[in-house]
Amino acid sequence: MPVDPSFAGRTYPPTEPYDVGREKIREFANALGDDNPAYHDRDAARALGHPDVIAPPTFPVLLTFGATRRLVEDPELGIDYSRVVHGEQRFAHARPVRAGDSLTVTVSLETVRSAGGHDMLTSRSDIATVEGEHVATAWSMIVVRGDAS
Amino acid sequence: MSSPAPARPALEDVAVGTELPPQTFTVRRADLVRYAGASGDFNLIHWNERVARSVGLPDVIAHGMFTMALAVRVVTDWAGDPGRVVEYGVRFTRPVPVPDDEVGATLEVSGVVAALLEDGRVRVDLTAISLGQKVLGRAQAVVQL
Repeated sequence: MPVDPSFAGRTYPPTEPYDVGREKIREFANALGDDNPAYHDRDAARALGHPDVIAPPTFPVLLTFGATRRLVEDPELGIDYSRVVHGEQRFAHARPVRAGDSLTVTVSLETVRSAGGHDMLTSRSDIATVEGEHVATAWSMIVVRGDAS
Repeated sequence: MSSPAPARPALEDVAVGTELPPQTFTVRRADLVRYAGASGDFNLIHWNERVARSVGLPDVIAHGMFTMALAVRVVTDWAGDPGRVVEYGVRFTRPVPVPDDEVGATLEVSGVVAALLEDGRVRVDLTAISLGQKVLGRAQAVVQL
């Protein structure tokens, strides 16, 4: 069943704050095998002009993954999660996420289009500090495979 | 203790066509398990071969977000400060199967400066190859130099 294009523009309430910790950043960087000092060493991060260790560019997926799930689980959209494939991902950073940030995510469904029997939904996740500073925006395009495949 | 800031490329030394040092990454099953834990993405197709095959995949496949994260390493290492990567996007065009052995999968990543933008920003186009085929499409990062 195709997703109704009129759902484009739908916005979900902001998520509860996510507190970014130094150890979580290190854990994520270690999982990437990345020993960049900016992720591990506060002094090294400060030498680059950051107040604390910063997170790798794709770290915000930790926040947006759960937020996007809300869209997939929205009963009105009627998406079958077993048919969902991640098609595209993009991040735009106003500044790097860093330890000490308390971040909320506001998700909206930006576009809905259908092609070749599949639905392509692009969600936009705006990430901001609880103080209201815009930090990053993430776009995630998911493909909901149609019955034919 | 204070670490010296790593060198970063000077804007005047960068032109369209400037190649970034390429890197090769090895991805084994254990790396996928570790990434699953760190990222919170526990989708079974990234660690359970039985489930992966049941949905028509050739084998367990790497998280697209893991491949995406590895590929941008070429840019963050080159930029000196990973915080200078201000935009990054990819298309997931082909899965990366990760066999259950000591060899794992291999990801070869190269990058080239494709455009000089305004305000000292440059666009880097990345190529990520596994098993001889491109696995990411339109992989582009914008770096503030």
